[in-house]
Amino acid sequence: MPAVSKGDGMRGLAVFISDIRNCKSKEAEIKRINKELANIRSKFKGDKALDGYSKKKYVCKLLFIFLLGHDIDFGHMEAVNLLSSNKYTEKQIGYLFISVLVNSNSELIRLINNAIKNDLSSRNPTFMCLALHCIANVGSREMAEAFAGEIPRILVAGDTMDSVKQSAALCLLRLYKTSPDLVLMGEWTSRVVHLLNDQHMGVVTAAISLITCLSQKNPDEFKTCVSLAVSRLSRIVSSASTDLQDYTYYFVPAPWLSCKLLRLLQCYPPPEDGAVKGRLVECLETILNKAQEPPKSKKVQHSNAKNAILFEAISLIIHYDSEPNLLVRACNQLGQFLQHRETNLRYLALESMCTLASSEFSHEAVKTHIETVINALKTERDVSVRQRAADLLYAMCDRSNAKQIVAEMLSYLETADYSIREEMVLKVAILAEKYAVDYSWYVDTILNLIRIAGDYVSEEVWYRVIQIVINRDDVQGYAAKTVFEALQAPACHENMVKVGGYILGEFGNLIAGDPRSSPLVQFNLLHSKFHLCSVPTRALLLSAYIKFINLFPETKSTIQEVLRSDSQIRNSDVELQQRAVEYLKLSSIASTDVLATVLEEMPPFPERESSILAKLKKKKGPGAVSVNELEEGKREGGELNGGGERGGDSSAIASTPSPSADLLGLRAGPPVTAAAPSAGSLLVDVFSEAGRSGALRFVCKNNGVLFENQLLQIGIKSEYRQNLGRMYLFYGNKTSVQFVTFTTTVTCPGELQSHILHIHTWNSLEPLIEGGAQVQQVINIECLTDFSDAPLLNIKFRYGGALQNLTLKLPVTINKFFQPTEMASHDFFQRWKQLSLPQQEAQKIFKANHAMDTEVLKAKLLGLGMALLENVDPNPENFVCAGVIQTKAQQVGSLLRLEPNAQAQMYRLTVRSSKDTVSKRLCELLAEQF
Amino acid sequence: MIGGLFIYNHKGEVLISRVYRDDIGRNAVDAFRVNVIHARQQVRSPVTNIARTSFFHVKRSNIWLAAVTKQNVNAAMVFEFLYKMCDVMTAYFGKISEENIKNNFVLIYELLDEILDFGYPQNSETGALKTFITQQGIKGQHQTKEEQSQITSQVTGQIGWRREGIKYRRNELFLDVLESVNLLMSPQGQVLSAHVSGRVVMKSYLSGMPECKFGMNDKIVIDKQGKGGTTDEPGKSGKQSIAIDDCTFHQCVRLSKFDSERSISFIPPDGEYELMRYRTTKDIILPFRVIPLVREVGRTKLEVKVVIKSNFKPSLLAQKIEVRIPTPLNTSGVQVICMKGKAKYKASENAIVWKIKRMAGMKESQISAEIELLPTNDKKKWARPPISMKFQVPFAPSGLKVRYLKVFESKLNYSDHDVIKWVRYIGRSGIYETRC
Repeated sequence: MPAVSKGDGMRGLAVFISDIRNCKSKEAEIKRINKELANIRSKFKGDKALDGYSKKKYVCKLLFIFLLGHDIDFGHMEAVNLLSSNKYTEKQIGYLFISVLVNSNSELIRLINNAIKNDLSSRNPTFMCLALHCIANVGSREMAEAFAGEIPRILVAGDTMDSVKQSAALCLLRLYKTSPDLVLMGEWTSRVVHLLNDQHMGVVTAAISLITCLSQKNPDEFKTCVSLAVSRLSRIVSSASTDLQDYTYYFVPAPWLSCKLLRLLQCYPPPEDGAVKGRLVECLETILNKAQEPPKSKKVQHSNAKNAILFEAISLIIHYDSEPNLLVRACNQLGQFLQHRETNLRYLALESMCTLASSEFSHEAVKTHIETVINALKTERDVSVRQRAADLLYAMCDRSNAKQIVAEMLSYLETADYSIREEMVLKVAILAEKYAVDYSWYVDTILNLIRIAGDYVSEEVWYRVIQIVINRDDVQGYAAKTVFEALQAPACHENMVKVGGYILGEFGNLIAGDPRSSPLVQFNLLHSKFHLCSVPTRALLLSAYIKFINLFPETKSTIQEVLRSDSQIRNSDVELQQRAVEYLKLSSIASTDVLATVLEEMPPFPERESSILAKLKKKKGPGAVSVNELEEGKREGGELNGGGERGGDSSAIASTPSPSADLLGLRAGPPVTAAAPSAGSLLVDVFSEAGRSGALRFVCKNNGVLFENQLLQIGIKSEYRQNLGRMYLFYGNKTSVQFVTFTTTVTCPGELQSHILHIHTWNSLEPLIEGGAQVQQVINIECLTDFSDAPLLNIKFRYGGALQNLTLKLPVTINKFFQPTEMASHDFFQRWKQLSLPQQEAQKIFKANHAMDTEVLKAKLLGLGMALLENVDPNPENFVCAGVIQTKAQQVGSLLRLEPNAQAQMYRLTVRSSKDTVSKRLCELLAEQF
Repeated sequence: MIGGLFIYNHKGEVLISRVYRDDIGRNAVDAFRVNVIHARQQVRSPVTNIARTSFFHVKRSNIWLAAVTKQNVNAAMVFEFLYKMCDVMTAYFGKISEENIKNNFVLIYELLDEILDFGYPQNSETGALKTFITQQGIKGQHQTKEEQSQITSQVTGQIGWRREGIKYRRNELFLDVLESVNLLMSPQGQVLSAHVSGRVVMKSYLSGMPECKFGMNDKIVIDKQGKGGTTDEPGKSGKQSIAIDDCTFHQCVRLSKFDSERSISFIPPDGEYELMRYRTTKDIILPFRVIPLVREVGRTKLEVKVVIKSNFKPSLLAQKIEVRIPTPLNTSGVQVICMKGKAKYKASENAIVWKIKRMAGMKESQISAEIELLPTNDKKKWARPPISMKFQVPFAPSGLKVRYLKVFESKLNYSDHDVIKWVRYIGRSGIYETRC
């Protein structure tokens, strides 16, 4: 409310407000308001013109009524009239009314804009400020359209008053935030940047907010602000607390401005100019030094202001990540705060330390605080601080302290708040796997995890345990024993039953010697949980039972009895019923030998690692890629899905043990029957092989999921024309937590970069991905000449404080630039003969990895991009293709011939093209597709 | 079963809080305040569910009464109880107001203990309650053992509502037929919905334990007797009997007799009580007819003319007539001319209120008003709420007639003829609206 000063008090308004406040009930209030509204209406309607004072008074009353929550649908005209008044108070009320009750009536908008324009061009600074405030408060698109051009002029004009400049800068910022396309800085850029040199600190503070926002969008244009900001910062930091007079806050010189300067610097990489950098480092050191000085005041405002600058400085140091000395000092400073009695400081210290932990320079320094952090996790009263402590523990974990940290996190999990349990479980699972040296420890940890927080354990986690147990002979016995013991608890989580069923089914024999865990005891234990479980778990248990029959013939009759019972064999669930029937028959018909073959122990899961990651690992050493390695493992853990369906029908069981011949360790080949020949589902069948790793999967298709782990999913969609291509990448955040500082870079290793492939990233990404959200990136590709390597996509982001780093091959292969060419039989062979030089031909004979289905092969060849020529080859079994690869430099004609041999399950692939490198590359690519 | 009962003032402060069952926690009091009394959107439903707890509330002037339960309780029972509770409090200390409640804390808690036991409603008959919950000091309450045992036997006995040994010098009976007539009429005069809800209220000052018999012109009874038209007083509309849609009785009425013979016989409580409640929807005499005429003259003016016609015997006089004509929300000025009574524009209620003190039957009167409007940007059209009316007439709009009320007291020496009986009919308006 406007100040009701003695001379300018509005008595009527004061009386009205006190009337309202004295109302005993809502009804009375409404009555009073109705009365007042009727009065105002009659006054506005009245024939004689109202004077400015009463107009102001009534508009004020309307505003008050509106703010009480009642609809106001008149009075706008009177408010607009007030705008043209020359009295400050009347103008102010008019602007206030308009900013609060914006009306979309076009005629009124025109009048309002006119009044604002008049005020902006007036010489009166207070009127200009009022107008600017109104623009900023309304901030609509219409306002931006009308005034976006004028405000920058006011901002940089030499004769503008400081206070107006301040308002103009902030008003512009607001308009920029609502409609960035309308605020074009262009010619003003350099002059706006030079506002950082303004003598008035208020103007600098306002301008820096604007510059920070603008420079986030176009960093290059505002690059010059770095040196200015540094010099400004050093002037403030080195000034004595009394130098800045009004801008000294509790002995701290210009704290807000300092924070904003530091934040602005965080938008840019470290300055390249040595002098500037030296000066900045000096500033940062001074700030760190000042933190050590005894406080000049005991007031909380003093320490708040000081710490605010300090934390911003630390964020800047972390952002630069290049000054080991400063990083360690920052870490020590934060260490002091960890034990501070202020909760907020502890929280901030933990949060900043989380980011420090991922820097290689300060990781060791952070680790020294482990005891304090563990203590914080245990004793902290505030849940958000505990959460930060958990994040930090996760971030600081490495091989040396993994056991301690995982144990602490597990023990905390039992009492953890429900809101953070899911995240904690994920973290424990990741850490346990990442740093497991001893597999029995790993098994213990995960089983404990399932016991403590079974509801929050995702499928992947227990798949992974089983995978590891199966692959390691040395832990199998231990695992069986542990699981058996865990299952004896009266209430078991379903996930525990799943793990138990699987492991006992496989390795129950290892502990059967002990009379306490004899086969029958094991079976009874499992079966006691059966009825409490959901259908998929029951299915898994049924498979475990049939495995028991194989392992322990003495349990056969008991288990057959169970399978024969109506609740199994007539179960309403089709899956369970089928399993019961099949297993029963299998156990009664098949001889022990057959049974033993069919129900053989699961073969070890192939240790898979994508070729890209292996390469990366060699380059960077084992430490750097551990996250990727882990995530890769997780992804493949997901393929363990088959575990549930294992033994769904006997043919599948039989086919499972045959180890996959795939070079990359694809998942066990799908059963022959799976590739249904029906045309409708053809494409799905061909391309749904999720097991393929990386870019090779995309040789014959353009869309799909490039990468997926527990955190992130990357989808890809691409289109190619001639020698140009466009690739859409979709990054989906699978967690409920946002990813911060999400950056992606596309690099072309080796000579690829120099002249072979021209890659241009089209739109940059927002650095934030909200939980569950998806962002899109577009990459334009131009093929200059032929190439064999693929470009690399590097993704970096922070999840829960820990830095995630990921490198993937982009599925850009030379065949994407094929143009199909149709030709007749004799044309084909004529060309075939023309390309007869030995280096022009590449040939490969290889074994089939997949079923030799004609339709599937055709679909794949079409997906390759060449034209599939019918009736060319005398042998109808063979496939013949022709196409031209379009590059910028030249066109490369290619011919292809694929000869399948169904008996031997082999293929012979011959590629001829006018360029030897192309033939070779095509041959390599294709050999892995069939 | 009611778990607890709270009484709040208009600010939501708790005046009375009585919890009967353990499942109602302390926070229930706050839950109701926050979600109902202080709700941002006014709560219209009398039943509110908050966190699996049901709150039933009624509002008397500025006082909120809320019954709370966690169980699936009969809502009608709870409301019946709440209304009874209001009646009891009114009977003890007059108007229910914050002041009165604060002055009678002890009494209210005492009453609550008596009329609800572990959430089950008990005897809430004021007459019976007054015998053992008194407002006198401890001295006055000093009762003999005999008196106490008499109270016990009465309260727990078959006739809980009347004690023995009442003696009056003059045996008197007052009988009021109170009806409220509800109407919604279209602008063209078509009845859209109409019903009468009525009550028969008695005040009896009779000695001993008299047996009463009440007779009225219920259609079923008259038809059964097969001699319609011989009633003492011929109805003005020529109608002999009325069809009652439904009715409820005071607990003293013998329901078995009503079911078998449809006769209403009872031993009345002493003092004032409500003998029956009923509802009729057929052949209602509408005492007034409202004829509205609204004309919009441009965007800034509205002309309203309303005619009311009284539709009953010219010898009768209607009283306290009030016609309320809603005005648009952007009214900026009103001029009214009326032939009779007084009319005024009440800005605080957004309506023109026209009051007439008295009006005889078969007359008509008229009001005309000019309403000036302020042009607004709002495109919303005025919804034209209906014109409502209030009045009071000295007859029963349903056509109900009391045929007889007989009193038999065999033990004492007075007969039906010695009892002085008074009968009165009052018809009031309920929601009496005409669309315009």
